[in-house]
Amino acid sequence: MENFTPYSAFLGGSLIGLSAALLMYFNGRIAGISGMIAGAFDFKNSEHHWRLFFLGGLILAAVIFNLFAPHVPATYSRSTLLLIISGVLVGYGTRLGNGCTSGHAVCGMARLSIRSIVATVTFMAVAILTVFITRHLLGILQ
Amino acid sequence: MTKNKAALLCGILFGLGLAISQMNNPDKVLAFLDVTGNWDASLAFVMGGALITLATLQHFILKRHQPICDTEFHLPKTNNPIDKRLILGAILFGIGWGLVGFCPGAVLAAFGDGKIEPFLFTLALGAGMMLFNKFHETK
Repeated sequence: MENFTPYSAFLGGSLIGLSAALLMYFNGRIAGISGMIAGAFDFKNSEHHWRLFFLGGLILAAVIFNLFAPHVPATYSRSTLLLIISGVLVGYGTRLGNGCTSGHAVCGMARLSIRSIVATVTFMAVAILTVFITRHLLGILQ
Repeated sequence: MTKNKAALLCGILFGLGLAISQMNNPDKVLAFLDVTGNWDASLAFVMGGALITLATLQHFILKRHQPICDTEFHLPKTNNPIDKRLILGAILFGIGWGLVGFCPGAVLAAFGDGKIEPFLFTLALGAGMMLFNKFHETK
């Protein structure tokens, strides 16, 4: 575990929790990113504006952080085809299951929602199994 | 504070959180999912920090009758039934997450890397969502 970074992880996680709490405090909304992406482009719905502002702020903050703060760059070893397959699965799956890591694993679990706990355990277990199969059994993805 | 300004502030905090914790780096996420390999437990500390902070603050927030900028809290019921849709959705998401290491928030926070991969993934993510809308509109 030589890459283990518990302090920055806990600090970053706390900021994510603070963000979700403030969104509930001001707008009364759950900070679920997959739902927000879907809702941000639902132009018939007047509630799409704040979602665009949230996503814009998220991107902006991370871009500025990456410009000025030292960080370990990602290697990006995945092929274009795999990125597309994965993206489609994540997009379709999070709509079908009504949430992703933020909506279920953070917001839902913080409210002790049974659905969110079941969803989180399921996608974590499946993701761990996927890495085990591709990285260790088949040895095709590092 | 308006809804849009509040959302912008919350988005900035969320993006900073993802960047500081390096959850926008798929290598870091895959290392967490690789429990039988060179395991990196950092993601569990991200979730821990987020859950403790949110659970504590929302305990007080939800005592209010309404949020600041809206007339009601829009919260899904916590005792909605567990159905096939939820499980299948979580399985598909889990496979996609395990293949590349991007989830919807993390990939947006990776735009600052200046690489093409996060953009490609996001386009495919949008396509997956549109596919879902198409498929479920006809039903």
